[in-house]
Amino acid sequence: MAQMTMIQAITDALRTELKNDENVLVFGEDVGVNGGVFRATEGLHKEFGEDRVFDTPLAESGIGGLAIGLSLQGFRPVPEIQFFGFVFEVMDSIAGQMARMRYRSGGTYNMPVTVRSPFGGGVHTPEMHSDSLEGLMTQSPGLKVVVPSTPYDAKGLLISSIRDNDPVIFLEHLKLYRAFREEVPEEAYTIPLGKADVKREGKDLSIITYGAMVHESLKAADELEKQGYSAEVIDLRTIQPLDIETIIASVEKTGRAMVVQEAQKQAGIAANVIAEINERAILSLDAPVLRVAAADTVYPFSQAEQVWLPNYKDIIETALKVLKF
Amino acid sequence: MAQKTKQAKLDMTKQLQTVEEQFQVFQILNEEGKVVNEAAMPEITDDQLQELMKRMVYTRILDQRSISLNRQGRLGFYAPTAGQEASQIASHFALEKEDFILPGYRDVPQLIWHGLPLSKAFLFSRGHFKGNQIPEGVNILSPQIIIGAQYVQAAGVALGMKKRGKKSVAITYTGDGGTSQGDFYEGINFAGAFKAPAIFIIQNNRFAISTPVAKQSAARTLAQKAVAAGIPGVVVDGMDPLAVYAATKDARERAVAGEGPTLIETLTYRYGPHTMAGDDPTRYRTTDLDNEWEKKDPLVRFRTFLEAKGLWNEEMENETIEKAKEEIKEAIKAADAEPKQKVTDLMSIMYEEMPFTLKEQYEIYKEKESK
Repeated sequence: MAQMTMIQAITDALRTELKNDENVLVFGEDVGVNGGVFRATEGLHKEFGEDRVFDTPLAESGIGGLAIGLSLQGFRPVPEIQFFGFVFEVMDSIAGQMARMRYRSGGTYNMPVTVRSPFGGGVHTPEMHSDSLEGLMTQSPGLKVVVPSTPYDAKGLLISSIRDNDPVIFLEHLKLYRAFREEVPEEAYTIPLGKADVKREGKDLSIITYGAMVHESLKAADELEKQGYSAEVIDLRTIQPLDIETIIASVEKTGRAMVVQEAQKQAGIAANVIAEINERAILSLDAPVLRVAAADTVYPFSQAEQVWLPNYKDIIETALKVLKF
Repeated sequence: MAQKTKQAKLDMTKQLQTVEEQFQVFQILNEEGKVVNEAAMPEITDDQLQELMKRMVYTRILDQRSISLNRQGRLGFYAPTAGQEASQIASHFALEKEDFILPGYRDVPQLIWHGLPLSKAFLFSRGHFKGNQIPEGVNILSPQIIIGAQYVQAAGVALGMKKRGKKSVAITYTGDGGTSQGDFYEGINFAGAFKAPAIFIIQNNRFAISTPVAKQSAARTLAQKAVAAGIPGVVVDGMDPLAVYAATKDARERAVAGEGPTLIETLTYRYGPHTMAGDDPTRYRTTDLDNEWEKKDPLVRFRTFLEAKGLWNEEMENETIEKAKEEIKEAIKAADAEPKQKVTDLMSIMYEEMPFTLKEQYEIYKEKESK
């Protein structure tokens, strides 16, 4: 075991899979010699060579096309999109092409691609760097979408994503890259995709969340504890497909639930989680399922992040509404 | 203040002219079927010449029958190919089995000659997933509807071949309108930067639906767009099967020798509408223009050329036509016999393993389908 930040855990997962499978290829803008703009691919070019870890021209759509073509030649591509705000350039390759390949070819071809990309607010990035656009991905049949919140989860989920034979969008929250260290096993291990994790057990309220909001929710849960409320915090980890069983089991136990996301209210995946709860566990509910989400504006100018991004205080406020409904 | 008179001007007109001069139309057979460029004659046997003619005639019949079958409602989406036989078939004729084709939506003929059963091509037209289930060992994708996407993907397939050390190429096709897409440029630029074995063909049939090529770009040729990627570009008489074959063959040799991709513009024409979905070319094309291009018909000039060599006659032509008609009839029958698609079929080809919610939906539809 070693103490790792999330970004180290990600590099470790990439190294593990580059070693494990010669078909794994890592490529993108500045991921080679430079080791990535966040050092996620640090040392990999040197260790595995230009043939396995390489830079590309600056064109996201081309990177997507490259991944598709390489998959058709039996490779297992792990391309990087430098910031997920740039996904619009490659929406066709992702949602219009790789997500559909198995289906459109009737199973003749499949796309074992893992698109890695950072996103997320709180670090004063310039425009189109921090936007939470995961909702766009979860609405595209054929994709799986993974958002880890801890170093341990990041490594296990990334190894699973790379080994998955269908396309996975692996979103890495910028603020969590180096926020804290955690014990991470040095050997290869996997965490199943589509499985949530109960990060904190509770009996009064289910807080269902993902990404940076997991930590805000845990902080809120600590505060709620002081006020006599026991909140269960569920980290979805995979937001498409959802772990319906874990969500519903928790709601049936607590009778109250809320969904927390960093994305705008009209975006993200909270609405989907609420719909699933309403369809499957309405008789267990003592209160409506409320949402914590950002305002329905464009992602804020960097100086306005603090007042715009949802945080633990918003979570506490909404939790009390649900608890006292 | 004293007025300063500019002495030297940048000669931009000359720049445009000089570039254009690099992209002269490559032709071997003229409209009368005469060889006008003996030096460029590809090495091709008599048998191969006959086979190429057979394929072109077959493809013309396939187009005629496909249009009728579409009008009878026995085919669905169909993009006519008549006029483009040299561009499509002769370029394909220069390929090997191990080469991978990424076609556009009009490029069904190349897939058929590369090994896609005709009945599957018809199922593709109708909208049935089995039409896209490519037989093992046939290196093709089904026709790409998103114009330009096949170009970026071709760069990836070609890079994959290079990494595998294969002596094969990725070939892809788009139209004149498609050269305006970002993916068109990114595709050729990526293949150039990676020196990947790709052949990019632009079939310039002068119209993107109703929009003439002059409205796509001020560039005087489309082949010169290769300059932006730093790769060779050639303009070929796309109504001349020998020129198209020779250009593709040369591009293939360059590619497998590790010298990188080539962009080939074929000057061609579609005699029919854009697609059979209600497009009416009389709204945007003149009869004069149609007549002018009919004189360039690739079948006419190749027939004349072969007849003069004693390699083709009416009997051979008729045999080919009858064979085509017979095979088309059989293929339509085979397509008719294919079981209808069920929602559960569509679900089962989404993922290797169905996610929980899809499994639930599967059970619901299975129940519905059992009634």
